[in-house]
Amino acid sequence: MTLDKLPVGGTAVIRTVGGEGNLRLRLLDMGVIPRTRVTVTRVAPMGDPVEVYLRGYTLSLRLEDAAKVEVEPV
Amino acid sequence: MRFALVGNQNCGKTTLFNQLTGSNQHVGNFPGVTVDSKSGTIRSRWGDEVVDLPGIYSLRPYSAEEIVTRDFILDGKPDGIINIVDATSIERNLYLTLQMIEMQVPMVLALNMMDEVRANGGSVDTRKLSELTGIPVVPISAVRNEGIAELAEIAHQTAAAGRRPEIYDFCPPGPVHRCIHAVTHVVEDHAQRQKMSARWAAMNVIEGNEDIVRRLELDDNERELCEHSVVEMERETGLDRYAAIAEMRYAFIEAACAQAVKKPEESRERRRSRRIDDVLTHRVLAIPIFLCIMLAVFWLTFDVVGAWLSDILALGIQRLAELTDRALTAYGINPVVHSLVLDGIFGGVGNVVSFLPVILVLFFFLSMLEDTGYMARVAFVMDKLLRKIGLSGKSIVPMLIGFGCTVPAVMATRTLTSNRDRRMTILLTPFMSCSAKIPIYSVFVAAFFPRYGALAMGGLYAFGILMGILVALVSRKTLFRGNPNPFVMELPNYRMPSLRSTFQLMWDKARDFLHRAFTVIFVASLVIWFLQTFDSRLNVVTDNSGSLLAMLGGWIAPLFGPLGFGDWRVSTSLLAGFMAKEAVVSTLGVLTGGGDLAALFSVPSAAGFLVFTLLYTPCVAAVAAIRRELESPWKSLGVMVMQCVLAWLCAFGVYRLALLF
Repeated sequence: MTLDKLPVGGTAVIRTVGGEGNLRLRLLDMGVIPRTRVTVTRVAPMGDPVEVYLRGYTLSLRLEDAAKVEVEPV
Repeated sequence: MRFALVGNQNCGKTTLFNQLTGSNQHVGNFPGVTVDSKSGTIRSRWGDEVVDLPGIYSLRPYSAEEIVTRDFILDGKPDGIINIVDATSIERNLYLTLQMIEMQVPMVLALNMMDEVRANGGSVDTRKLSELTGIPVVPISAVRNEGIAELAEIAHQTAAAGRRPEIYDFCPPGPVHRCIHAVTHVVEDHAQRQKMSARWAAMNVIEGNEDIVRRLELDDNERELCEHSVVEMERETGLDRYAAIAEMRYAFIEAACAQAVKKPEESRERRRSRRIDDVLTHRVLAIPIFLCIMLAVFWLTFDVVGAWLSDILALGIQRLAELTDRALTAYGINPVVHSLVLDGIFGGVGNVVSFLPVILVLFFFLSMLEDTGYMARVAFVMDKLLRKIGLSGKSIVPMLIGFGCTVPAVMATRTLTSNRDRRMTILLTPFMSCSAKIPIYSVFVAAFFPRYGALAMGGLYAFGILMGILVALVSRKTLFRGNPNPFVMELPNYRMPSLRSTFQLMWDKARDFLHRAFTVIFVASLVIWFLQTFDSRLNVVTDNSGSLLAMLGGWIAPLFGPLGFGDWRVSTSLLAGFMAKEAVVSTLGVLTGGGDLAALFSVPSAAGFLVFTLLYTPCVAAVAAIRRELESPWKSLGVMVMQCVLAWLCAFGVYRLALLF
């Protein structure tokens, strides 16, 4: 499944990071890389973007971008 | 010795910079680009200078900040790097550290927020970390001013000895390792000629960063060799080059942290942040709270603190003017010089200076919102909404700063990574009514709408925002097609802002404002005083209407006839407002002899005039900033013309509408 489908409170391990160009590079630089554990912690008031927790910090990204990240729920 | 201070955003870099330098700072600009640089002398080591570079997450040439930082280390030839790392999210912070280690410049790691890690039961074995990364590691707490002198000392020693990072091969044997070595071998000589580290050059070749590749001047054969190794690596790892390299770096970091770092359980700060966010980013409450906070900020600034301080200052200036008046009269000085000092200088500059407190108080609140971490939440909450007008949530920050001053707001658009978002935000920022227009509003509102003060002020701000949204919607379909940039943003834990940093910022703003008051506005006041005191034969006029200024203003005055303020004095003040918005009021003051606005305006035309000043061309300084950022004189001229036309149309509408009541 993809990261945008993960419910709030759900934890998963990243399998692949898709997307292209700047989006992809930024995700990789921020530590969104395969085998990283990530938890969805919050959704913005208007339903988008989402807040995720990984590597000891909190990151926000849009649903359409989160859809490029393949994850495996644990 | 000169040091570059580099680190992620939200890691306490500005606080460390202020602790290192105290008040020995100066603001400048990086040559050729428009990211401003701050440098200062280190307090505990006179003769050592530190340059504060923008907060970044990676050295990939992805945004203007990253390019500036990379080029400063590459071409600015600092003697050393001070890399500040937030110990509470050490993994992500070390990613940038590894990239800089590859550049092989003497470097020290300042491990910040160690107190927070320790308080939560975690620890970092700094000796082990230093051993694993090959660079000195100094634990500090920037907020509590701990370890700063030691950091300066170790940085000095490391740079003086020219000690480059001892390790740069972070890669375990395997396909990535083989590829890096093969490419390093090919580019080695080229890198040496360019005085670059071979390892770093190789990483850039692998990731295909064109500008560095070009500098290396590889021939086709060499390029092909490199590409071959990279493709081989991609095949063997099953990852593309970017993912393979990022994964390699993070794998090293994870292994190092496993040895040197004992991670705390969920920290108190994070739990607190989560609880605060439960309210501030609440599904229903988030936006009302945001609006309330902004209203509170503006109310406190304009009605309470700032206004009160401004009144005191204005009273002081008035006393000073009276004293000067008496002294000059007693001395029997020439009446033209008397008028120069009192009408020109006190009338112009004095008027503007009394608004300094309002501007400082506004900047105080804005920097509080930024430093606590709330601005990032605002971006998070507002993103979906801003996307509807074709922007990202991050644009909210420059736009809010626009309420303080358009110049720093336009400069703050540099944090936006996409050119399209940047240009569009720059276009919209002037619609956020800047604080220099406050004097105009307060004078006019006091004179014409005394009973609806806050409402009239709020209405003006809202009208500006509304026009901005309309322009965004139109330009999105015409000038700026395409999609907004990805929005991948850190949400830092809420923190108590450092008062020291806040006051440093206010001091910078005060200095900047006073500097402008005594240069641009001083000159503008003198020019206007000259133009209104003399006629075309340089005789002192007895009546303003014969002056040079009346002539100039008279030429453009007919333009404003349909708006209800066709008097030459009004058009002249608008001309002066192009120099600085504060000058609109001071000019009107000088031209009417400190007199009565009611002679020039009716209530409807005053409303039209307010709308016109809200929307018409930003001041010279802002236009200069826009020109720099858009890198085109024509586009910035376009912005000016658009604003003026829009202002005229809106003022016309408001005036005609108001006449009906």
